[in-house]
Amino acid sequence: MNSLPTFEIAAAATANAPATLGRPKITGRNVNVFYGEKHAIKDVNVDIPERSVMAFIGPSGCGKSTFLRCINRMNDTIAICRVTGGIHIGEQDIYDKSLDVVQLRARVGMVFQKPNPFPKSIYENVAYGARIHGLVRSKTDLDEVVETSLRKASLWNEVKDRLHDSGTGLSGGQQQRLCIARAIAVSPEVILMDEPCSALDPIATARIEELIDELKQNFTIVIVTHSMQQAARVSQRTAFFHLGVLVEEGTTDQIFTNPVDTRTRDYITGRFG
Amino acid sequence: MFLPLFGLLVVITIACFVIGRSRSIALAGVNYSSMHSRPGYHGWWLALMTAGPAFIVLIVWSIAAPRIVRSMLLSRFQEQISGFSTAQIDGFWRDLQALATGGTPGIRDALRQDAAVAFASLWNTSNMAMIAVMAAAGIAGFLYAWSAISPAFRARHSVEKLVKFLLAASATIAILTTIGIVLSLITESMRFFSMVSPIDFLFGLTWTPQQMAFRADQVGGNAAFGFIPLLTGTLLITFIAMIVAAPLGIMAAVYLSDYATPQIRAVGKPVLEILAGIPTVVYGFFAALTVAPFIRTTGSSLGLDVASESALAAGVVMGIMIVPFVSSLSDDVINAVPQSLRDGSMGLGATKSETIRKVVLPAALPGIVSALVLAISRAIGETMIVVMAAGLAANLTLNPLEAVTTVTVQIGTLLTGDQEFDSPKTLAAFGLGLVLFVITLSLNLVALRVVKKYREQYD
Repeated sequence: MNSLPTFEIAAAATANAPATLGRPKITGRNVNVFYGEKHAIKDVNVDIPERSVMAFIGPSGCGKSTFLRCINRMNDTIAICRVTGGIHIGEQDIYDKSLDVVQLRARVGMVFQKPNPFPKSIYENVAYGARIHGLVRSKTDLDEVVETSLRKASLWNEVKDRLHDSGTGLSGGQQQRLCIARAIAVSPEVILMDEPCSALDPIATARIEELIDELKQNFTIVIVTHSMQQAARVSQRTAFFHLGVLVEEGTTDQIFTNPVDTRTRDYITGRFG
Repeated sequence: MFLPLFGLLVVITIACFVIGRSRSIALAGVNYSSMHSRPGYHGWWLALMTAGPAFIVLIVWSIAAPRIVRSMLLSRFQEQISGFSTAQIDGFWRDLQALATGGTPGIRDALRQDAAVAFASLWNTSNMAMIAVMAAAGIAGFLYAWSAISPAFRARHSVEKLVKFLLAASATIAILTTIGIVLSLITESMRFFSMVSPIDFLFGLTWTPQQMAFRADQVGGNAAFGFIPLLTGTLLITFIAMIVAAPLGIMAAVYLSDYATPQIRAVGKPVLEILAGIPTVVYGFFAALTVAPFIRTTGSSLGLDVASESALAAGVVMGIMIVPFVSSLSDDVINAVPQSLRDGSMGLGATKSETIRKVVLPAALPGIVSALVLAISRAIGETMIVVMAAGLAANLTLNPLEAVTTVTVQIGTLLTGDQEFDSPKTLAAFGLGLVLFVITLSLNLVALRVVKKYREQYD
C-alpha cells in the first residue's frame, strides 16, 4: 500500500480517535432526496453516534449539505424538494406526519456557512430562540440563559460589556460564535454546522474548532466541511459523499489512514475533487 | 424657430460624430493602436465640441431674446403707451405679437399695427443674429476640435470631462428649479402675510375666504383666513387613509414576498400596481357615487347622522388608492432581506410568521417607513377625491362622518376662476402651499430620524 502523502491529517486523526463511541443518536435509512427531477441524495444509510462529532466531507455538489439539511428538515422550505426514506433522532421519526417541525428544529440547532446574526443586539440574538419557545419565565432567567450560552460559545468575555450593541457589528469569527450561542440557547440535542468556518480566517477557525471540541461533551454535532484538516482535527467519525452517494463512513482515524474505497483515497490524497 | 434649429443641431451632432470617427480611423491607418483613444471617442469629441457651443447659444438666446426685444419695443413706443397700466402693457405686448404672427389680437388699431411691424423686423434681426452666432460658435468649435485630433490627443479624457460637465449641468438645473419654486412660494407668501397676520392664519379657527370683498365698493363679509380647519381636515383624511392603506399594504406585501407561489406573485404584483395607474378622478367617482352613499345609508340605519359627503368616504377611498404604493415598495424591501436571516430564524424553530414579525419586518423597517412616508405625502397632496367625496366646507371637526376639506382642495378653489393676483384671497393659496410644504418636509425629516434610530442594519 502506498503511504499517504497527507501525513499530518492522518496524525491529527489518530490523535483524535475516541476511546468508545456512544449509541447512535441519528440514524438515516435509505434516504433519497430529489430536487424536482434531480436525484440529489441516493440511498444514504448512516448512524451518527451521540455526543461526538461527525464530519461530512466530499467535493462540491456531492450532497453533503443537502443531507445535513434533511436532519432538521430545512429542505422543507424549498418547494421542489422531496425526501424519502427514514431519519430518526433517538426514537423519533423526524419525517413522521404527526411531528411538529418547529419542535424538531428546537431539538436540532443549525449553524450556517456565512455568519447570519439577526440585525438585533447581541443579547436579543441569543434570547431569540428562548423567547419564541417560551423557555424562560422571567427576565432573570433569560439573562442567565444568555450568559450561559455566550459562555459555552466562549464569547462571553468579549461581549459582556456590550450586550446591547448590534450583533452585526462583531467580527466574522465573533459573529459565527454568536450564531453558535444562539443555537445553544434553545438547548438542542444536535447541532448541525454547514461549513461554519468557510468565511473565517485561520485564527477564528481555530477558536471555532476548539469550541466544537468542547461542545461535543453535551451535544451531538454534525459538521460539513471542505477542509480535510478540519475534519481530521475535530471529528470522531467521518463520512465521504460523492455524487449523492455515501461512499464510505468510519472512524476519522480509519478514513484518513486506511480508506477502503479508492474514491475516498483519491479524494483525501487530493487526486480529485 | 427653436424646434427646427434643435433638429438641425441633432443632425449636425450625428454628422460630426461620423466625421470625427472616420478621421480618427484614417489617421490610425493600419496601425490601429497608434491612437491614444478609440475612434468613437474622437467622434464624440468632435460632435460635442461642435454642437455644444451652438446649443448653449440657442438656449441662452431663446431665453434672453424675447425680453430684450420687448424692452426695445416698449422704449421705442414710450410716448404712445405712457398712460398704460401694467396689465395694459402686457395686453399691448400680446396683441402686437398676435398681429405679427397672424393671430387674433384683443384690440386692433394703428398703434398696434405699427408696433407689430416693428416687432416683426426686430424679431427677424434677432433670429438672424442668433443663427449667425450659433454658426460661428459651431464652426469655431469644429475647427478647434478637428485640429486637436491626432494620435497623441487624449480624446477619451476630454470626452469624459465633457460628460461630467453635462451631468453636473443636469443636476444643477434640477436643483435650481427646486430652489426657484421654493423661493417663489416664499415671496408670494410674504405678500399674503403682509395682508393677513401670520398669527391669524396659523391659529385662526375659521376659514371663509369666499366672503372677501372683491372690489372696494362691494360690501365685504367676514373674510377669515384661519388655517386650523383645513389642517385638521387634511390630517383627518390622511389618518383615515393610512389606517386603511398601512395594514392592507404591508400585509399584502408580506403575502406576495413570503407566502405567495411564484405564479401568484407574477400575476398579483402587476395587478396591484395597476391600482396605482387608475386616475384619481376615477377614484373620486367611486368615492362620491358608491362609497359615500353606502356609508350614509349604513350610518342612518345605525341611527347616525352622516353627511352625504364625509371625511370617511374620502379617506377610505384614498387609502385604497395608496395601497399599491405601500405594498409595492414594501414588497421590494422585504424581498431584499437576505434569505440567510430567514434560514437562521427557521433553523432555530421559529414559525414562518414569527420569522416575518421578529426578523424580516424589523430588518425591512427603514424601507417600510419610507414607503409609508411616501404614501402619506401622496395622501396629503391628493385633491380630486376630496373635492368629490369630502366636500368644500371648512368644518373644524374630528368627526369622520362630517364633511371636511383639505389644504390642497382650498388651494385649487382659490386659484381657479377669475381672480386678481393682489388680493389676499388668491395669495392665501401660496400661504397654504408654503405651510403644506413645511409640513411635508418636516414629516420627511422626522421619518428619516426615526429610521436612523431604529434601523437594523443587516450588512
